[in-house]
Amino acid sequence: MFDLMWLLIAIPLASGALLLIWGKESDRFGHLIGTAASAASFVLGVVLFVRLMGEDAGHRSQAVSLFTWIDTGTFHVEMSFVLDQLSGLFVLLITGVGTLIHVYSIGYMGHDERRRRFFAYLNIFVAAMLTLVLAGDYLVLFLGWEGVGLASYLLIGFWQHKPSAAAAAKKAFVVNRVGDIGMALAIMLMFAQFGTSAIAAVDAAAPGAGDSVTTALGLLLLLGACGKSAQVPLQSWLLDAMEGPTPVSALIHAATMVTAGVYLVVRSNAIFDASEVARTAVIVVGLVTLLAGAWIGCAKDDIKKALAGSTMSQIGYMMLAAGLGPAGYAFAVFHLITHGFFKANMFLGAGSVMHGMDDDVEMRHYGGLRTMMPITFATFGLGYLAIIGVPPFAGFWSKDKIIEAAFGENLWVGLGALLGAGVTAFYMTRLMILTFLSQKRWRDDVHPHESPRVMTWPLIGLAALSAVGGILLLGDWITEWLEPVVGHAEHHELAVPAIVLTIIITAVVLLGVVAAVVFYRREPIAAETPADSSVSIFARAGRHELYGNEVNETLVVRPTRHLTRFLVWLDGMGIDGFVTGLADRLGDTSQLLRKPQTGYVRSYALTMFGGVAVVVLCLLAVTLA
Amino acid sequence: MILSILAAIPIAGALLLALLPRGRGGHLPAKAIALSVSLVTLAVSFVVLARFDVGDGGYQLTSTHEWIAAFGAHYAVGVNGIALTLVLLTTILAPIVILASFDDRLPDPRGTNAYLAWMLAVEGLAIGAFTATDAFLFYVLFEATLIPLYFLIGTFGGPTTTPGGRSYAAVKFLIYNLVGGLLMLAAIVGLYVVSSRQGDASYLLTDLTDLDMSRTTERLLFCGFMAAFAIKAPLWPLHTWLPDAAAQSTPGTSVLMVSVVDKIGTFGMITWCLNLFPEAADWASPVIMTLAVVSIVYGALLAIGQDDIRRLIAFTSVSHFGFIILGIFAFTSTSMAGSTLYMFNHGLSTAALFIVTGIMVSRRGSARISDFGGVQKIAPILSGVLLLAGLSSLSLPGLAPFVSEFLVLAGTFTVSIPAAAVATLGIVLAALYILIMYQRTMTGPLDPGSAGVTDLEPREIAALTPAIMLIIGLGFFPQPVLNAINPAIDTVVSHIGKGDPAPRTPTLITEHSKDVPTDEEGGH
Amino acid sequence: MNEYITLSLILFTIGAVGVLVRRNAIIVFMCIELMLNATNLAFVSFSRQHGNLDGQVAAFFVMVVAAAEVVVGLSIIVSIYRARRTTSVDDASLLKS
Repeated sequence: MFDLMWLLIAIPLASGALLLIWGKESDRFGHLIGTAASAASFVLGVVLFVRLMGEDAGHRSQAVSLFTWIDTGTFHVEMSFVLDQLSGLFVLLITGVGTLIHVYSIGYMGHDERRRRFFAYLNIFVAAMLTLVLAGDYLVLFLGWEGVGLASYLLIGFWQHKPSAAAAAKKAFVVNRVGDIGMALAIMLMFAQFGTSAIAAVDAAAPGAGDSVTTALGLLLLLGACGKSAQVPLQSWLLDAMEGPTPVSALIHAATMVTAGVYLVVRSNAIFDASEVARTAVIVVGLVTLLAGAWIGCAKDDIKKALAGSTMSQIGYMMLAAGLGPAGYAFAVFHLITHGFFKANMFLGAGSVMHGMDDDVEMRHYGGLRTMMPITFATFGLGYLAIIGVPPFAGFWSKDKIIEAAFGENLWVGLGALLGAGVTAFYMTRLMILTFLSQKRWRDDVHPHESPRVMTWPLIGLAALSAVGGILLLGDWITEWLEPVVGHAEHHELAVPAIVLTIIITAVVLLGVVAAVVFYRREPIAAETPADSSVSIFARAGRHELYGNEVNETLVVRPTRHLTRFLVWLDGMGIDGFVTGLADRLGDTSQLLRKPQTGYVRSYALTMFGGVAVVVLCLLAVTLA
Repeated sequence: MILSILAAIPIAGALLLALLPRGRGGHLPAKAIALSVSLVTLAVSFVVLARFDVGDGGYQLTSTHEWIAAFGAHYAVGVNGIALTLVLLTTILAPIVILASFDDRLPDPRGTNAYLAWMLAVEGLAIGAFTATDAFLFYVLFEATLIPLYFLIGTFGGPTTTPGGRSYAAVKFLIYNLVGGLLMLAAIVGLYVVSSRQGDASYLLTDLTDLDMSRTTERLLFCGFMAAFAIKAPLWPLHTWLPDAAAQSTPGTSVLMVSVVDKIGTFGMITWCLNLFPEAADWASPVIMTLAVVSIVYGALLAIGQDDIRRLIAFTSVSHFGFIILGIFAFTSTSMAGSTLYMFNHGLSTAALFIVTGIMVSRRGSARISDFGGVQKIAPILSGVLLLAGLSSLSLPGLAPFVSEFLVLAGTFTVSIPAAAVATLGIVLAALYILIMYQRTMTGPLDPGSAGVTDLEPREIAALTPAIMLIIGLGFFPQPVLNAINPAIDTVVSHIGKGDPAPRTPTLITEHSKDVPTDEEGGH
Repeated sequence: MNEYITLSLILFTIGAVGVLVRRNAIIVFMCIELMLNATNLAFVSFSRQHGNLDGQVAAFFVMVVAAAEVVVGLSIIVSIYRARRTTSVDDASLLKS
């Protein structure tokens, strides 16, 4: 039965290829094929997962090797897949949320003439993402890793006629490639060090490899994870990526692909467990990103970008948790799953709002939409309650555990995570007020309306999951389920009982909500974004994404551009100039020699006679001397 | 025998075309003859493949005849896995190129016969050079490829003959390669001197590999050979002829030049430099690896800075040749097998790129990237093929060049971490040059001047499909090619007395993970 | 004996000067013939003086070459004249661009 796990990948891949090759006649039903492929993959995933639960705890890691991918010299890579407790959860998340988003896209992309191609790309994405999580070898993982990067590139730039979309797509791909340097070098190091890049073999060998090796591996993998998961310092592409259609933002840039970095860290737990330095680096990256993302989320007026900032921040939480080692891996995955539910829900909700508002993304043009879009409002509201961590919604359970674990690691890390929770409550409340509550601020020619059922049903499904996702923690199910993969955590005793900490967290969250209400209820909200000069320095920095683009521009882009120009000049003038200069000098010499060739026979004859005379004289001189 | 036939068919086809009277208007008979000759060659190369024993690392299907007894030159041919791979690359690309070149707008529209004849001549001579196992024969064929290419660039290339035009490019190409050839000729003469001092003079590869030379002689002769190959394969800083030649050539010529003939350079490095002068190669490897790494980064940076699409592709090739040379001179079986596979894959991906951009250029009437814009909207298939070819050029996993590039890097990493680390930068730069080009030409609002760019015709799709299928297929199943390459590479590696460094922390588990307990499981 | 040599020298000098100073191709041509014949005379004289036939053989050889040269040279001159209506050697400097 588990031998069929390759079908999980093959079904959407085949469907994607079919949709790309099949001509216009499939426009009418292409989206149905795409959705059916994703759904089939989901069904198979559920069946396999149930079978996995039926196995003994010791046999829940099922490996399949399809064929030998590369075999040369000492380099050997199998196209191998592993379905275990961790990848099983991911398979369900990817195919489940993926299928809902496919359904939603049928409505959302209904008027797009290239809808078939959109579904082809979505299918390819699902296939690549499944390859990533099922991979039994780091190189196969890298195949999926780049595959999702490609799908992300194609989908961000789906509306290619918009220059901003094309630029954002390119930026996402290139920034991800910077992270891929880390991935690629890590795999090379594994190969040089262990002679293999099979995940299980590397896991087994990592503890004995020495501290410097595991640290290097950990940091390189972290670089890869930073690129894919939009963590500082490679965060800049995610906000631009919102140029893509909203279902893409929901599936790829919120629920699944951007969490691949977290998956990578959790999957490589043997490496990170063996290196204190690498784990600390993960914590620092996670903490910085969680605060930076939240900061940006507070300042953006574009609903998708505000949500994107929030995504960054929530992935920061996951990274932070993953950096805590065995104490946090399970919670990182748990938060990843609940986040997948509520963030996909909110992104699709945002898409539903945009659908009714003529694709306007400016929150200041919204207001009072709760009556116009009751279902969207209700489902979005559930997602809102989940993300800010109000009990008993999903986000509460997962975030609470992460903050608790963070306090177990270090007081300051815990305080940072706690602060993040408060800021999250603030910006999400702000988003709710600007969009659904407050007064209407839209122009009279806009007619907000509820979206069609094909779009609202996925919303309802995801909202339900956002509400009850916390049950995964029931009886510590998820920690025990994942324990064979990520290892057992010794329990840290905190200075205060857990329940007190939970109360403190909830209080901080409420404080954030109250602050936002006070701030945005006090006076009427301007329908246009206030000028930079009229807002505080914090808001200004947040709006400019903490100047990440400017830093990249100054430190990387501009020097590269200058270097390129200089090299083009050098190549023409220096290297080629040297060679052509050499040729020119030869030509000049020839020109000099050409002068005596006057073309007059008589002058040639004179030269000849002169020459003869000289020779004769020389001969005479030699003979007579 | 069959190898001689393989090389002779395209040559005979070229002669036949040259004798054919110039057609009026259409050139159908010429086109049909050229295409069928190349297809017959392809079929014969499959016969060669069928008769080739993949498991054997030595030369097979050999035949040797005395040629010029006075200085021991033989007519000797044979293939090992490396040569076979490149022969197949040549025979696969030739029909693609010929089919894609049917409607090239030539400066002299009556020249189609000669144009196709020269192309077949390149094919035949290249096959000859790949299969030659006699240094003198190899040298003659290596130099002979210059003749058809010179005419292909100089007569049938870009629109102008003015400075910087096609004559300039052709002469530059010729002089660069002749200089290299001259140095190689000196080394060939030197080989004769050395070999005649040790008994009968012979140019046979098998005799030359066992030659005893003083250290200085070996190094000098190595430099002679290497200079010719480094110019041909273009290694920085000997690369400047390539962008000019590529910018002035028709797409078909560019493919033959970069994908096939330049490969004789890298092929020569493995087959001739390493086999004949193993110690000198070892001595020179730090310098050559450095130059190769410089090539990788430099070529990529320059590609980013180009506005002419064809020059851009030429510079990407400089970068890719850097990878190939790096892998060869890292002396690990992994990297060398990667390099050989890279030659094959680069041939395919560059062919697809040159052909598809050639179509764009001929329809737009300009090769400047800034003259394009938004073409995706009116030519979706064209842009899809361009993207796919581009993605293969930036080594996206799942496409053929990734496997070879990664093998090169992984093999190099075991020998020199700095070289591999700097070369890895190439993957970011590759993403930049391809995606910037794609973004500027294909996306955004439609440029009014580009409105005339129509989508691919069935003939063009037919020409590109085999290349695309191979690029995708070999991305997932590179093993058939690697199986042919591996034994030959093992032979070379053991001849130069090198091997792969053993893993520093070897794992006991080499098979996959089914029964591997995770290490934490014992903890509770 | 010396007289023959002196005559040969004088003839050769006349021929050489003619080649150098005259512009008419026919005259230049005839001067070349004159030089050839002057050398022939010298050859024959030396042959006589040394008592062997080498010089005479050389003289015959020169005659044969001269005859061939006359044919080719005159035809070139005629065709130049036909094309350009002049036989001036200075005008025929087309190879110099």
